[in-house]
Amino acid sequence: MKEYIIMILSFLGALFILSSSIGILRKPDVYLRINITGKASTLGIGLLLLSSGLFFNEVSVGTRITATIIFVFLTISIGGHMLARAAYFTKTPTWEKTKLDELAGHYDYETHELRSEIPRKAPELNNETKN
Amino acid sequence: MSLSEFYYMIIIPMLGISVILVFIRFIKGPSLADRVIALDMLILISIGIIAVYSVVFNQSTFLDIAMLFSLIAFLSTAAYAYYIEQRQRK
Repeated sequence: MKEYIIMILSFLGALFILSSSIGILRKPDVYLRINITGKASTLGIGLLLLSSGLFFNEVSVGTRITATIIFVFLTISIGGHMLARAAYFTKTPTWEKTKLDELAGHYDYETHELRSEIPRKAPELNNETKN
Repeated sequence: MSLSEFYYMIIIPMLGISVILVFIRFIKGPSLADRVIALDMLILISIGIIAVYSVVFNQSTFLDIAMLFSLIAFLSTAAYAYYIEQRQRK
């Protein structure tokens, strides 16, 4: 009975990893590919590690596997966010069918800060008139 | 069908095919961020392969290396993201 549960869990994990790798090959854009890695592969890795933890059935293995799963769940999303931010700053082209870019104009490209409002060009004109 | 047979016949070929697909994206990738995310994905799949092999060979020591790989994956992704972002700023 335990073997069948391990088989089902590991098969589902391998299936999720396979689907996410197909997605990383077929998606048209950097941002969509980063999205793929953050979602499907965490579930696949978690299920595979959970199946191996169920096979050993010890406390020492269980703590190691829980630590790995929590660490993977935390860090994949953070790494994906950092990488997407870097790709946006280097102006990587989006897919040509993308219609809406809500971040356009909100980033300051010199200080790398995110503003909530799009700044106006008026202060620069005032400085020129003072000089 | 025993557990090791199931792993050898089904799980390891699926993970191998996914490694090949991600490696195609690693070679093709038009921008640097594509290559970095493909590298991240390769390390994650290798964590899964290590978990499978620890069951097949019945040695739980391999899972230490899986934990180490998850650390290395995050460090390399964060370092590459920092490098890509700072390269643009002059």
